[in-house]
Amino acid sequence: MTTARIPLLHRYANPAAFGRLAAKVLPWTTALAILLLGLGSYFALFASPPDYQQGESVRIMYVHVPAAIMSEVVYGMMAAAAVAGIIWKHALADLFVKAAAPLGAAFTFVCLVAGSLWGKPMWGAWWVWDARLTSELILFFLYLGYLALVDAFDDPQRGLRAGAILVLVGVVDLPIIKFSVDWWNTLHQPASLMTLSGPKVDPSMLLPLMLMIGGFMAFFVSVVVLRLESELLARRIRAWRTATSEE
Amino acid sequence: MSAMLRLFAHDLKLQLRLGSDLIAPVAFFVLATLLVPLGVGPEPNLLTRLAPGMIWVTALLATLLALDRLFQRDFEDGTLDLLALAPLPLEAIVLAKVAAHWVTTGLPLLIAAPVLGLMLRLDHGSYVTLEVSLLLGTPVLSMVGAFGAAVTLGARRGGALLALLVLPLYVPILIFATSAIGAAGEGLSPRPHLLLLASFFVAGLVLVPFAAAAALRNALE
Amino acid sequence: MIDFTTFFSMGGYGAYVWPAYGLTALAFAGMLGWTLLTLKSRRREEQALSAAGRNKRSRRGVKS
Repeated sequence: MTTARIPLLHRYANPAAFGRLAAKVLPWTTALAILLLGLGSYFALFASPPDYQQGESVRIMYVHVPAAIMSEVVYGMMAAAAVAGIIWKHALADLFVKAAAPLGAAFTFVCLVAGSLWGKPMWGAWWVWDARLTSELILFFLYLGYLALVDAFDDPQRGLRAGAILVLVGVVDLPIIKFSVDWWNTLHQPASLMTLSGPKVDPSMLLPLMLMIGGFMAFFVSVVVLRLESELLARRIRAWRTATSEE
Repeated sequence: MSAMLRLFAHDLKLQLRLGSDLIAPVAFFVLATLLVPLGVGPEPNLLTRLAPGMIWVTALLATLLALDRLFQRDFEDGTLDLLALAPLPLEAIVLAKVAAHWVTTGLPLLIAAPVLGLMLRLDHGSYVTLEVSLLLGTPVLSMVGAFGAAVTLGARRGGALLALLVLPLYVPILIFATSAIGAAGEGLSPRPHLLLLASFFVAGLVLVPFAAAAALRNALE
Repeated sequence: MIDFTTFFSMGGYGAYVWPAYGLTALAFAGMLGWTLLTLKSRRREEQALSAAGRNKRSRRGVKS
């Protein structure tokens, strides 16, 4: 009776069906995340050589760079989902944007703090207005803006749609922001400064880096699947509540 | 087109009738900029260096002031619902609103900026560039701001939320406008910076109405 | 056997390397923990609501 009242347009927008899908995917991604993060940490901390210039501090790269990559990949995925949500009105796509956003913000935060911790011994300062770090900081504010907007409406559906539009505008503006920050940076700073994660990465460093990137990715997929299930449940609970209050 | 012009004139009249709306952003712009010498000291060379950035940062903040009311009044009294039903597309309505916002905030900033430049000892060679950068940049601020106002329409805690959404999107304008003024101050050509600003203006003119109209439709649904 | 003091000192960079990894671990634990907590409470709530819904329906069924 209640289920008939909720329009189930799409198969996996049903929490039960999504739960079954999640149960199939989760064991694999979780195992992969544990394996890759474990192996990656081992190689990152023990089984890789220190950098000839930066010494042991280069090990911060193995969390800083994957976090930086994830911060951008997650925003890109959110934008793709926002497009799907707006064009096909797929409920799951809208919810994905919301489910992924806090994770993206967390990755961005990790990237910023790890970058700062790396910058202190390398540059002698906790914060340097390096082009990458500055872009990352603005990306962090884009995430915060999305998170503040999506919860600011009494009707959650309206918040999701407004958020999706914001993410699309953000993804158009992001390359322009990056370009402008690069421009600004070359204008104001001598190019001799060492950039974090310089162009030459030794092969012995590539393995832990790749393992960590894979681990971050698998972790993200696992958690985002759980968050999607959680969002679907919340939607169902709301539908139930309004259905009973109408009676 | 004539419907759009009429809407623009109507909006403008409403804004002008509330005279304080017209004065508040400029007053804020002037006051906030003049607070900086009080904070950092009146040393002329320092002020010359800071002037472009100070003027532009406060200009960004000043455009925020009137933004949350851009669609709010029409949204609350139902005018926006009627406008959405009118034959004029929402995109054109957005542009009319942007134009009215620019005339009431951007244009006064343009007039006040040279005076601030004098008081902050802006480089002699920078005034024209300052004005051109404001002329090209402030309309983009109004456009991006209109998008922010549309997407937060109907949201709780509108004002602070609007600032959080819009300020990161303002970054490229700030950078290219101030680097243009800086280049002119050093005797270099500000042309490339200004051309980029002009391209943002055109891109904004094409893209922003659609994004803002989509956000308005979401709020009106 | 690994020499732990030299390992933890990280060539003098221990004060930067370990907080970076610690923060990362903390952020991951936070993301996962927060997600699992809300998921659990929502699962419980959904079950309670669906049970309540079933009771109501069966009671109404008895009446009619």
